[in-house]
Amino acid sequence: FAGLADVSISEDIPVEGEITVPVGSRSPDEDYSTLDEPVRDTIMRDLKAVGKKFVHVMYPKKSSALLRDWDLWGPLVLCVSLALMLQGGSADSKEDGGPQFAEVFVIIWFGAVVITLNSKLLGGTISFFQSLCVLGYCVLPLTVAMLVCRLVLLAGSGTVSFIVRLIVVIAMFGWSTLASTAFLADSQPPNRKALVVYPIFLFYFVISWMILTFTPQ
Amino acid sequence: GTADWGGFEDNMQGGGSAVIDMENMDDTSGSSFEDMGEMHQRMKEEEEEEAEGEAGAAEEEDGEFLGMKGLRGQLGRQVADQMWQVGKRQASKAFSLYANIDILRPYFDVEPVQVRTRLLESMIPVKMINFPQKIAGELYGPLMLVFTLVAILLHGMKTSDTIIREGTLMGTAIGTCFGYWLGVSSFIYFLAYLCNAQITMVQMLSLLGYGLFGHCITLFVTYNIHFHSLFYIFWLVVGGLSTLRMVAVLVSRTVGHTQRLILCGTLAALHMLFLLYLHFAYHKVVEGILDTLEGPNMPPFQRVARDIPVVSNAVLNTTAKAVALTL
Repeated sequence: FAGLADVSISEDIPVEGEITVPVGSRSPDEDYSTLDEPVRDTIMRDLKAVGKKFVHVMYPKKSSALLRDWDLWGPLVLCVSLALMLQGGSADSKEDGGPQFAEVFVIIWFGAVVITLNSKLLGGTISFFQSLCVLGYCVLPLTVAMLVCRLVLLAGSGTVSFIVRLIVVIAMFGWSTLASTAFLADSQPPNRKALVVYPIFLFYFVISWMILTFTPQ
Repeated sequence: GTADWGGFEDNMQGGGSAVIDMENMDDTSGSSFEDMGEMHQRMKEEEEEEAEGEAGAAEEEDGEFLGMKGLRGQLGRQVADQMWQVGKRQASKAFSLYANIDILRPYFDVEPVQVRTRLLESMIPVKMINFPQKIAGELYGPLMLVFTLVAILLHGMKTSDTIIREGTLMGTAIGTCFGYWLGVSSFIYFLAYLCNAQITMVQMLSLLGYGLFGHCITLFVTYNIHFHSLFYIFWLVVGGLSTLRMVAVLVSRTVGHTQRLILCGTLAALHMLFLLYLHFAYHKVVEGILDTLEGPNMPPFQRVARDIPVVSNAVLNTTAKAVALTL
């Protein structure tokens, strides 16, 4: 092949072919072509991820799916639906005692941020958004409780309904706290778990209180 | 270029801290301490890819004449990539400057046993006031106590059907509690500065925060058991004990009779009055309604939870009586 070393191509002959630039150590193109897929695929994929996390919350075993692929869609949906359901409690403009939509929203997100900061300051190994994700998803049992409460209130608002609502809310509150503790407490040094669990307990307690004292006008 | 590497160095110096880490968006261990090595590696990779991307972009501009869709797509991707890197780097620099929560980290370094001990100690006045007493500069306990007070206040407001006209229940509760903790701490710190007392701001926050433990207990009990006399007993005993403790600690750190008097008088007055305010501000609405509707027949302290049927029964009775009288 020695003769090919000094082959020269004249400039008026067009050169055809494909020039592709290798992009270093990047993963294959599939990661970046999600921009071209149909919208339905994107939505279905996100919905499936959210649904999978809901299942993880209802059956809190030790799994890292909730932590590894955090997303904030689920918490947003739960927060908005809870705030909407808590909305109808103060139709009368004189008695403004019920929580407003913005109030519930702010409480949930502000509370989650405070708990996350607290757990980070106590030496936690979990990242900010992962913690927000877990706390938001664990509001699911309380949203279910709110739904049940509203249905029970449709039937009547006597002592029996109050007792039923109390039991349901307490059960769901315990479930929420246990679920979020299962995910979050492991990221703490072992002797400080109680310090992290207490604010979570308080946070879900305030939300449960708002649910329990909800009376539609 | 070099400017990029310089910026990278700046970020690393501030980066060894537990900032809100936007860098590590998709990894399992989020602590920036452990991820220092990983972040370093990743930044290096990003730099390399940027350099390669720039070279690739130059080549691609030449090859654009061939008009392949893949090339334009790739150019777009490179540009988007670069913009993302630059934006992310700027955002993390801003975060590491303003959201550096490491300055608060030492104040949260506490064990549960210590918190429990301090809670109990906050009710026990010290006897030795000639020797400056040690105050732990810790913020976890006080912060949790303030939030607990907020929760208890909410419960109290709801069971007494407090009507808040301007603002919301939650906002009022949070504003009251945090306002008291931060405001009175700052005011007493200012007075302490005037009276030459040996106390720092964090210590004052900690002291007053733990002093709210007595308030929490009192309100928790008296919001559920509605006896006026019970409240007064709790106010004097529990409130008094926690005030005495705070006062004793402050006295041990101040020199001079007048100064001690001013400082401790102010603190005692504010602390006790706050408890009084918390109890009465959220109960007087109940008393007002009860007195007008039920009259002298009901004993004055039978305050039950506001059940609609009870009230409407009373109204029904009075209406029926009125109707019977007119017939």
